[in-house]
Amino acid sequence: MGGFHSVPNDQRYRELAEKTGFSLEQIGNLHHRFKQLSHNGNTLRRDDFSKIPDLACNPIRFEIIEAFFDKRNFNAHGEGSVEEIGFEEFITIMSYFRPPSLHMSEEQREKLRRVKLRFLFNMHDTDNDGTITLQEYRHVVEELLSRSGALGRETAKGIADAAMLEVASISMGHMEPDEFYEGITFEHFLKILKGIEIESKMHIRFLNVDTTILCK
Amino acid sequence: MRNFGCLAQAIVIYLFVCCVCKSNGEIASGHDTPATPLLPEPVDNVEQAYPEDEKTNLPVFTMDYPRIQLPFEITLWILLACFAKIGFHVYHKITIWIPESCLLITIGLIVGGIMHAVKEDPPAVLESNVFFLYMLPPIVLENGYFMPTRPFFENAGTVLWYAVVGSLWNSIGIGLSLYAICQIEAFGVLDINLQENLLFASIISAVDPVAVINVFQDISVNEQLFIVIFGEGLFNDAVTVVLYNMFVFVADMEVVESVDVFLGVARFFVVGLGGVLFGFLFGIAAAFTSRFTSNVREIEPLFVLMYSYLAYLVAELFAISSIMAIVLCALTMRYYVEANVAQRSCTTIRHVIKMLATISETLIFFFLGVVTVTTEHEWNWGYILGTLIFAFIWRGLGILVLTQIINPFRTVPFTYQDQFGMAYGGLRGAICFALVFLLPDTIVRRKLFVTASIAIIIFTVFIQGISIRPLIEYLINIRRTHKQETISVEIHKRLMEHTVAGIEDICGQWSHHYWKDKFKRFNDKVFRRILLRDNRAESSIVALYKRMELLNAMELLDTHNADISAAPSIVSLHDEKKASYKPKKKFLASDLKNMHDILSKNMYKIRQRTAEYTSKHALPDNSRTKEILIRRHSSIRRSLRPGSFREPARSHKYLSLPPGESLDAHFPLISHGDTRPQADHPFARTRLVQSMRSTPTRPTRRLGTLQEIPLGESSMARATAVDFLHERASGRLSSASSSYSRSPFRAAVAPGASRPAPVPTPRGRPTSTSSSSARRKDPDWETEEEVEVEVDLEEQEGQHRP
Repeated sequence: MGGFHSVPNDQRYRELAEKTGFSLEQIGNLHHRFKQLSHNGNTLRRDDFSKIPDLACNPIRFEIIEAFFDKRNFNAHGEGSVEEIGFEEFITIMSYFRPPSLHMSEEQREKLRRVKLRFLFNMHDTDNDGTITLQEYRHVVEELLSRSGALGRETAKGIADAAMLEVASISMGHMEPDEFYEGITFEHFLKILKGIEIESKMHIRFLNVDTTILCK
Repeated sequence: MRNFGCLAQAIVIYLFVCCVCKSNGEIASGHDTPATPLLPEPVDNVEQAYPEDEKTNLPVFTMDYPRIQLPFEITLWILLACFAKIGFHVYHKITIWIPESCLLITIGLIVGGIMHAVKEDPPAVLESNVFFLYMLPPIVLENGYFMPTRPFFENAGTVLWYAVVGSLWNSIGIGLSLYAICQIEAFGVLDINLQENLLFASIISAVDPVAVINVFQDISVNEQLFIVIFGEGLFNDAVTVVLYNMFVFVADMEVVESVDVFLGVARFFVVGLGGVLFGFLFGIAAAFTSRFTSNVREIEPLFVLMYSYLAYLVAELFAISSIMAIVLCALTMRYYVEANVAQRSCTTIRHVIKMLATISETLIFFFLGVVTVTTEHEWNWGYILGTLIFAFIWRGLGILVLTQIINPFRTVPFTYQDQFGMAYGGLRGAICFALVFLLPDTIVRRKLFVTASIAIIIFTVFIQGISIRPLIEYLINIRRTHKQETISVEIHKRLMEHTVAGIEDICGQWSHHYWKDKFKRFNDKVFRRILLRDNRAESSIVALYKRMELLNAMELLDTHNADISAAPSIVSLHDEKKASYKPKKKFLASDLKNMHDILSKNMYKIRQRTAEYTSKHALPDNSRTKEILIRRHSSIRRSLRPGSFREPARSHKYLSLPPGESLDAHFPLISHGDTRPQADHPFARTRLVQSMRSTPTRPTRRLGTLQEIPLGESSMARATAVDFLHERASGRLSSASSSYSRSPFRAAVAPGASRPAPVPTPRGRPTSTSSSSARRKDPDWETEEEVEVEVDLEEQEGQHRP
């Protein structure tokens, strides 16, 4: 957890490398970036993230920032959120975006998919009840569309509703008149996103070169 | 069978006509001579126009074939090829296993055989000028226009890598191997020198986009693989052109110096980048022009076609890569043009491009078959077999090596199966054939080259084309995609992109998402301002949503088979479902409730439909939007009296009305004076409801359910008509929740009575008085559709804008 000194600790790095799968150089680079963001401190807070200029243009920045502080992303059974995170959590979140390696078996790929989709799911499911309700969905869609011109909230709501309907019909098929659809569970979520190649959409190529000099 | 008969008839008719016309030419010349024995015979033997000394009677029936010969024959050939296409689809299963190109070549072979027997010459379709100036541009335009831009730009590096370096590798490899073969005396081809070998190799190494797409269209391989194969086919033209010109030039020279090689490289850059530049410029010009065409809608499609063709021709003028020019032109202008032009023009453009491309492609493959039989061949076992084997080997090796090099740079590396797909899918096609015909006659063994190229085309198209599908389906486990176009998927894709972009910003490591974002911002600031007529950003999610809503509405209208204002049509819809239905003249509340159940259940199914518009043989369904407007308009007219168009008659409403309570309780029959004749009609009621909301939009403005859903959810409050239009906070919601029992999003609201997150604050849903706010609310969406709606209304009905 906490105590990282400014001098990189090799042993610590190696442990992290094993845990998250990054290479040592990548961890070093990310550590530099961590230091840059936290102004040489040991922990990051939400305001530190808000200071990144490019991030300000991102429509879903709040969700992204929130994801860093969400305990569910640290381990599978966490709940709630924290106020500040250390380097280990930072790296853990980053590791969700590692690309799949060439030599992965099918189950490993599947597992990676689930992990990444779980991350995405947690981003939606703000109240942590295991389902994405219509409200939450609407919120996300509104934010997403907030950048694309002056669309009304009604539009976003309509779209979210339509999307919800689609999910309902895909997951539940034909519904009886008395049934209602609680919300999207993780299994349904997986089902609707079955066609997307998550591997190609949700990863970052982590470089081995230190680019913190170029960052602001 | 009938269509085969048709085909046979067509062939017979054509040949008959040809023979008749040939003989008619002689008869015509013979006819005049006895008629005018005293006058000197005129040079052309068409009928006489002047009276002579000897009296001739006015010819009652004459025939003048040579005059119409050219267009007539062209038309007949096109018709023949199209009959063939119809014929293939008679037995549907054929086209699944045998790609159309093979079938067309086969038919061409047959017809070529017939013509050869009759000693006719085939029309010179595959002659270089005709081919490169008339046959090829439509196909390339279509490929460029319908290329999926997003995956393409994400994989641009890979595509160019394979196109450029791959072609070079193949050409040089095959050329050298063939030269080695030539050295072997036993084959008897000693007189082909190195330059000629290289020249030939450069011709046949290029993968042909036409053939590839024809084969791959039905096999849904994963997106990455598809875009790489597709892009490679299109862009290796640049390299082929350069190599071809270079080797033609060099083939005459005795000694090749290093300067020439260097010049060749320089020339390659000129060709490639020049093509890109020209295409881009013409694309921007086209987009800019389309901004001002709002008054000349009829010729809007013409601009697109003319600019693209111009780009192609200008590139040909400078001998730079015309294919790249036209592809870039189409890519650049597509987005802006489609945003600027009317819906109808957009459909026309797409339709025309697809039509021209299909004709071209059909003719090309057809004539490939014909010409195979009718040209003179020179067969040489060693050389030709060598060509086939080496082409195969070098392609496989090339893909392997190139992929190894580029995989580390790719975020999604290519597996071995993908590589096999790429190597095996490298079909050659008609471009190579046309290039071979273009060879100068100074090359001694020209006929051998022609034969060899035909051999390799036929081999790859038939053997590889037919076998690739079973291989991919059963043996090789390439990742396939099942394209689904639903709104949720689109939303999530977008979310992922933003997430990744955000994370990239956070960790300070940029890849193409960053550049894509930057480009998007630049695009918004600069290009959209200049090139778009009304410059509002529209998310692709919204566009998709609109499109799907339109399709849904069309589906529902279609099932009625009549206009929706007629009560019996609801009955017929109802009858199709098995739900309980009491046939009654007057609609009771319970019936309406049932109907709503059924309609909403229908809606679930309908929403799942995908709208395919990138399939090769399917046209985009944008035309239906117009029909919706027309239909709805006419149905409105019939049920309402004229003059009431101020009221929004959103017959589309019923789609999303949550079938909660009965209609009666919530939409009380407020007589709105003069304009509602059919009061016991649910749709009239619906319109009544609309009028109460009194958003004074024109009738067909809102083509989606965007505003209906809030109506639906807020309507559940059992309040007065006016009241229910407002959304209140949670108090209202709890009563709203109970009636959500049928709608899927009930639970979202049910536990929400005490939710901290509020309902999106009421936008002051307009009452009859405060109507203007509604209009302001969705101005963007409204105006975007205004354009088309306007046109439609004004042209169709001559209505004024409310």
